[in-house]
Amino acid sequence: MNALAISDLRKVYKNGFEALKGIDINVAEGDFFALLGPNGAGKSTAIGIISSLVNKTSGQVEVFGHDLDKDPEAVKSCIGLVPQEFNFNMWERIGEIVVNQAGFYGIPRKEAWRRAEASLKQLDLWDKRNQMSRTLSGGMKRRLMIARALVHRPKLLILDEPTAGVDIEIRRSMWAFMSELNAQGTTIILTTHYLEEAESLCRNIAIINQGRIVENTRMDQLLRQLHTETFVLNLRDPLADLPGLDGFQLKRLDEQRIEVAINSDQSINHLFEQLTNKGVGITSMRNKQNRLEQLFINMLENSRNGAAQ
Amino acid sequence: MTRYSRYWTAFLTIFTKELLRFTRIWLQTILPPAITTTLYYIIFGNLIGSRIGEMDGFSYIDFIVPGLILMAVITNSYSNVVSSFFSSKYQHHVEELIISPVPNWIILAGYVAGGVSRGVLVGVTVTAVSLFFTDIQVQSYGWTLMVFVLTAILFSLAGFINAVYANSFDDITIVPTFILTPLTYLGGVFYSINMLPEFWQQVSLANPILYMVNAFRYGLLGVSDISMVAALGIVVLFILALTTFSLMLLSRGIGIKT
Ligand SMILES: Nc1ncnc2c1ncn2[C@@H]1O[C@H](COP(=O)(O)OP(=O)(O)OP(=O)(O)O)[C@@H](O)[C@H]1O
Ligand SMILES: [Mg+2]
Repeated sequence: MNALAISDLRKVYKNGFEALKGIDINVAEGDFFALLGPNGAGKSTAIGIISSLVNKTSGQVEVFGHDLDKDPEAVKSCIGLVPQEFNFNMWERIGEIVVNQAGFYGIPRKEAWRRAEASLKQLDLWDKRNQMSRTLSGGMKRRLMIARALVHRPKLLILDEPTAGVDIEIRRSMWAFMSELNAQGTTIILTTHYLEEAESLCRNIAIINQGRIVENTRMDQLLRQLHTETFVLNLRDPLADLPGLDGFQLKRLDEQRIEVAINSDQSINHLFEQLTNKGVGITSMRNKQNRLEQLFINMLENSRNGAAQ
Repeated sequence: MTRYSRYWTAFLTIFTKELLRFTRIWLQTILPPAITTTLYYIIFGNLIGSRIGEMDGFSYIDFIVPGLILMAVITNSYSNVVSSFFSSKYQHHVEELIISPVPNWIILAGYVAGGVSRGVLVGVTVTAVSLFFTDIQVQSYGWTLMVFVLTAILFSLAGFINAVYANSFDDITIVPTFILTPLTYLGGVFYSINMLPEFWQQVSLANPILYMVNAFRYGLLGVSDISMVAALGIVVLFILALTTFSLMLLSRGIGIKT
């Protein structure tokens, strides 16, 4: 069964803006799914519709086989939502926020406190349970929203940029946490602007741009589509003039760094051979961009050119 | 967890939250109406009232007691729901409710129960103050309490609707200032409508607050300008209409969903 099945979903906002122009997305049960796209692409709009915060204009949404129009309560019971913007009461205590959310799902208070303790401890917030939520730092507020979303043990967890503004150490622990949840069977949908995050966590991916899905595939297949990778080479000695190479275009970044694009049918050995022959020593090299990032940018350019024609 | 035990827990959660919200700030919610009413009694009851003489066979202070108490019930139940629901929209935590599997009627019931609790609590406080300043004998406790509760329900609903439409803090003061207060003052709190010319008597009959004030006056004093059955019927009718309207607003997500 699909955890999520969306078909021909459209959203026209009251001001007439068409944020979703008929999208289809399927997320299999147990998947770790990335929903990517530039600012304003329509990610949060789609998530808003799935979680009942936004009224759809047309189309169908099914969550674990429950139709959003016919049985919204069943749909809501399956979903845990971590929204992009903070949406808790700033004058409410952290513990109460989580316990009350459980209460809205029908979990009696005693059990709700047991669960709140578990999820707040997992997210390292239990010690702050009696503090007002406004006293938390930005990263802690994000974690509070995760704890709140988990308290009714949802089968489908939707995270809208959960790691925005979170420091690298905590981001790493959140990645481990999400992977663990997914390994235990929770289906996860993640949006993020950190593409390496999506690349390392997610198995399937949809890219949305200007209200349309421009790509929907397996992550490994997508990465295989990358025809050109750009590398930055650090040179041992300063280089005055760029050597002419056979089949490779070099670009000089500064005295001791050059950039080179390598197609998938070329070999790096061939590049190094030529450089060695010309007496250019290389001390290290790195990918100029994360691979998904490069694909992503190509794709957006293509879809923009397509739209322009 | 059956469906209805789930609903019950959700209702209790909303209701308890509302109850704690206004009792924690009792200095701003319960105390002020007690002080205002005391001032009314001193000024209109003792200082000015003694020169007015009798109204419908009661001393002026005794005559205005029911209206003053009811005014406190009205403003408190209204402002409790309007400010609580509006701030949950403003801070977006209303989303916590919308994403949860809580039916709209439970959400409405939770907020209204909160408003009714504050209305009744303030009503009882103000009644206690009144009994201290006057020598009223309550004619019917059952009737009195019933009017308390019905009035509080009606104005909690009205406050809810106001909050749904409100986009700013100004919007939640406009209705109380320009509609609620005039209706209350013209609802026969300070006078018997028999004193009005025929035309204005008829106009007054379109004011729902008139029926409540009179129903309540009947409970406390045993007199009323209008028939009790009509008063009760009209209040219940208003409650049904506003409930239907509120549920419609919620199901369409007006003012809440985009
Ligand atoms: N309430 C609204 N009324 C009108 N337009 C809206 C509304 N909410 C969003 N939009 C528009 O819809 C488009 C999609 O917005 P959305 O929030 O879904 O983007 P997003 O993909 O989540 O972007 P980001 O990465 O910046 O969060 C944007 O152009 C936005 O301006
Ligand atoms: Mg967004």
